[in-house]
Amino acid sequence: MQTFTYYPGCTLRTKAKDLDTYARSSAEALGIALVEPENWQCCGGAYTTATNEVATKLSAVRTLIAGKDTDGLVTVCSACHNVIKQTNYDIARNESMQNKVKQYLELDEAYTGETTVYHYLELLRDVVGFDTLESKVVKPFKGKKIAAYYGCLLLRPSKALAMDNPENPTIMEDFIKAIGGTPVIYAQRNECCGGYITMEDKAQALKRSNAVMESAENMGADMIITACPLCLYNLKKNSCSEMPVYYFTELLAEALGLKENDNE
Amino acid sequence: MNKNQKDWIDITSGVNVRKCMRCGKCSATCPSYDEMEYHPHQFVYMVEKGDIEPLLNSESLYKCLTCFACVERCPRGVEPAKVIEAVRLTAVRQQGNNHLIPDRIPEMLDDDLPQQAIVTAFRKYTK
Repeated sequence: MQTFTYYPGCTLRTKAKDLDTYARSSAEALGIALVEPENWQCCGGAYTTATNEVATKLSAVRTLIAGKDTDGLVTVCSACHNVIKQTNYDIARNESMQNKVKQYLELDEAYTGETTVYHYLELLRDVVGFDTLESKVVKPFKGKKIAAYYGCLLLRPSKALAMDNPENPTIMEDFIKAIGGTPVIYAQRNECCGGYITMEDKAQALKRSNAVMESAENMGADMIITACPLCLYNLKKNSCSEMPVYYFTELLAEALGLKENDNE
Repeated sequence: MNKNQKDWIDITSGVNVRKCMRCGKCSATCPSYDEMEYHPHQFVYMVEKGDIEPLLNSESLYKCLTCFACVERCPRGVEPAKVIEAVRLTAVRQQGNNHLIPDRIPEMLDDDLPQQAIVTAFRKYTK
């Protein structure tokens, strides 16, 4: 059995428990061991691209170091995934950053980007395999038209995240096919929901989230899925649409027979 | 023009603004375009010219969603979001210039708001 370090992040322990719980139970059912590191810290939610910021990147490096001795580091939340992968990309290419981080964290040896980071969807695609997943599905989403919402954080910047084609991604659609659903392709699937702007400008969040929901509905979607707690919040609370919004892990667990069916 | 300030922004962003060919694709793809006084292509151009003061005082700094659409789609690899981030940091790194103050948080909360929103806003709006 392969063992991965599992980083839940702040929101999965609080407002996004469904994203976390069903990720864990599904991994177990798929034969993957997820081990949560002790005393992890919040990733900060957003990666600071400034070249002269180090302190704001330290918590992500701590998490990366925690993943060094396992088969990889797994994240589920899109924001954690984005911050940790960007940190890993930058530190691997920047010796000065490596030295500064070594001094700040009092490390015996510098961290140079050696941990492999997987988003949970990448774990399903690259480690489990969508074919294997499909063979384990007991309750397929037959006839359901499901819209995958990537948002901004899962794919960009693609040179650091290297998850999928940033303009024409397939990983979530392939996931939907593996659990028996029919993916719906729509224009806004990789555009931003408004993110943290909801804190101070509800109108802007509303505008963005409505654009996403309308775009998916116009293409005939029955439901929309996301990996991001903030996307879920914006699409549900800051849009006029009644279309259901779920975490992809909820559908995964349901397809694997680990969750009561309430998505009808 | 304040040359030190321009140099500092260039260092902070790590971006070579002179690579810009003024196609405007960054602004065309920006989800916050309508909300901005200065748009992504203007950030790049004004930083190149050293015309930074208007940017430092503009609300546009806090309208960028850091969605990296402009970074991904720039045909010249200029990475405008990194320029905006560098200008925003230049503003909020000044003493007493935080855009979001903790006392305002309670009024922004509701039962469903994820922690992620709060920590991200702090990371973006304060120092």
